[in-house]
Amino acid sequence: MNDAPLAIDVKGLAKSFGTKKVVDDFAIQVPKGMIFGFLGPNGSGKTTTIRMLCGLLTPDAGEGQCLGYDIRTQAQQIKRHVGYMTQRFGLYEDMTVRENLEFIGRMYDVTPLKPRVQDVMDRFGLAERADQMAGTLSGGWKQRLALVACVLHEPQLLLLDEPTAGVDPNSRREFWEMIHDLSAQGVTILVSTHYMDEAERCHRIAYIAWGHLLLEGTIDEVVGQSGLVTWSVSGPDLPALQTKLRKETGVQMAAAFGNELHVTGSDKQALEQAITPHRNDQRYRWRPAEPSLEDVFIYTLATLKDRK
Amino acid sequence: MKANWDFSRARFKAILMKEFIQMLRDKLTFAMMVGIPIMQLIMFGYAINSDPHALPTAVIVGDTGTFGRSIVTAMENCAYFRVVAWPDGPDQAEEMIARGEVLFVVDIPPDFSRRLLRGENPAILVEADATDPVATGNALSAMAQLNLTALQHDLIGPLQSLNAKEPPFEVRVHRRYNPEGKTDYNIVPGLMGTILTMTLTMMTAAAITREFERGTMENLLATPALPLEVMTGKIIPFVFVGFVQVGVILFTAAVLFQVPVVGSLALLALSVLIFIAANLALGFTFSTLASNQMQAMQMSFLFFLPSMLLSGFLFPFRGMPEWAQTLGQLLPLTHFVRIVRGILLKGNGWAEVWPQLWPILLFLGAMTGIALRRFRQTLD
Ligand SMILES: Nc1ncnc2c1ncn2[C@@H]1O[C@H](COP(=O)(O)OP(=O)(O)OP(=O)(O)O)[C@@H](O)[C@H]1O
Ligand SMILES: [Mg+2]
Repeated sequence: MNDAPLAIDVKGLAKSFGTKKVVDDFAIQVPKGMIFGFLGPNGSGKTTTIRMLCGLLTPDAGEGQCLGYDIRTQAQQIKRHVGYMTQRFGLYEDMTVRENLEFIGRMYDVTPLKPRVQDVMDRFGLAERADQMAGTLSGGWKQRLALVACVLHEPQLLLLDEPTAGVDPNSRREFWEMIHDLSAQGVTILVSTHYMDEAERCHRIAYIAWGHLLLEGTIDEVVGQSGLVTWSVSGPDLPALQTKLRKETGVQMAAAFGNELHVTGSDKQALEQAITPHRNDQRYRWRPAEPSLEDVFIYTLATLKDRK
Repeated sequence: MKANWDFSRARFKAILMKEFIQMLRDKLTFAMMVGIPIMQLIMFGYAINSDPHALPTAVIVGDTGTFGRSIVTAMENCAYFRVVAWPDGPDQAEEMIARGEVLFVVDIPPDFSRRLLRGENPAILVEADATDPVATGNALSAMAQLNLTALQHDLIGPLQSLNAKEPPFEVRVHRRYNPEGKTDYNIVPGLMGTILTMTLTMMTAAAITREFERGTMENLLATPALPLEVMTGKIIPFVFVGFVQVGVILFTAAVLFQVPVVGSLALLALSVLIFIAANLALGFTFSTLASNQMQAMQMSFLFFLPSMLLSGFLFPFRGMPEWAQTLGQLLPLTHFVRIVRGILLKGNGWAEVWPQLWPILLFLGAMTGIALRRFRQTLD
């Protein structure tokens, strides 16, 4: 994969607001045509990083290119070939769906404008709402409109900042189908999200906290690198068991997943030692499990916090 | 600000159209744009009532002859004066005018008839309470004409020669309290300038800060739009608004006050255009300094107040202390009021207008420079 041409290649990116360092020494490489998931807790610097990638914020330090254009000096060219969907709805609520799309189309010199707008509205199911004011759309439809607006000019790179926040599961699935369609057409997509199931739909992910890149790779790589071991247990009165297990030294995390409890530790032996007394308890059924992505993130965050 | 060279007409037009769509949809703002000028003019119109009649008048009759009586009759006939008192002498009259019981005191001296007949061209003295020149102005001009007609019916036969060439007597007007006697026409140019300053500065400032507040600016900046395109696209709809306002003001003023337009309308339009542009550039600059609509409004207001007070619109410019005059010279409104007054009332041409126009142009240039420099293409 290292040979594939890169859509995004940045290193050493840093950004502070006042005295607060929001992004620090950040580096990623995103090969062309990939769906790249961008995860991290609230306030970790995802939006800030994305803004630096498309020239909306000037990095304090660092360098790199986006689609072969320098992020410091060629913001204008980057803007032309990138579609950026902002986290907050950024279209005009007092204009109709069609007016908004035509406006955006004109800003990117899309030709022929009107047929192209009609075409995307038909394709993405917005045609019926063409003359509705954007402000009166429901949250999910606003997100869809925003996505359509940023693919109108057929960008080579899409930067989607939490595109499915507040969208129902059905629409979310449709959204991801659109994203995969675009990816199949060769568009590179960087998408930030808080949903684990969405992370699993990405080819690669990056996990960032306090402005630092903590994990990067495919899902399997990320889970593998963490070195975590997980056991799953089911049986009666799991909350009591959870409380007990959490006190054991070998257990880093014990979290409920439906009718099961996931018990996770970083040291295989210590974990097994800790759960042995409970494994002998006939009421419980134990089985080895894969640590989930969520386990990995929470564990990474917790250990980092301890070190701080 | 680099790459302004590839200014795109298509993008500029896109922003322009979007602004027009939004402006026409914002019913309240649109109503305000047209409503404010009409409302202000009507309020000023009633407050001014530039032509009040039947003003209370005191007459000191020293001369009981026919001529004295004829003059009083003529005064009452012209409908501006209503004689309410016949004081015995100047002292009593003085008290009445000071207390505001009468606005005029007409003094017909004792030897008036005699001197008139001798052809000595005697004078009657008119004292006017000119604290409110608007109220007394027209009445005084009517009074000044009185000497031509008042005695027409008396000076016949052998006396006709007295009426032949010169008016037979003189009306000596003495304006009390406000010797300048500024007239009401001042109001319209001043009002035009203040309305444009207030509404346009505020609206442009708000139009841009609104994009930040509503979160649409991030999206707009993510497109390849250039600062100059955004600025011109956002400003030009308000030029249109400004001209609509000027039209409304001129029309209403013509209907309400019969304010004349003596000078060239084209020159007026050019001056208005430059003045509007200066205010819009200022509004744009405010918007780059303010972080929300409220702040933008406050800045506009902070600018608007001295503009109104120091421009010579409300208080005579010459009467202000030197520092205030200097400050006033920096404000576009000061020059604009002079230009409009000159064109509307005196029929001034280019030669008289230019000395007032270039300071506005300078202001416009400076503001555009600051606005373009301050307007960021990033969110930093
Ligand atoms: N313009 C700004 N001025 C000052 N601080 C800012 C600014 N923009 C962001 N920050 C701060 O930077 C930090 C990172 O913000 P950012 O929006 O990048 O986080 P995020 O990862 O996108 O979070 P979320 O998941 O909640 O969207 C936050 O603490 C935020 O308060
Ligand atoms: Mg964010």
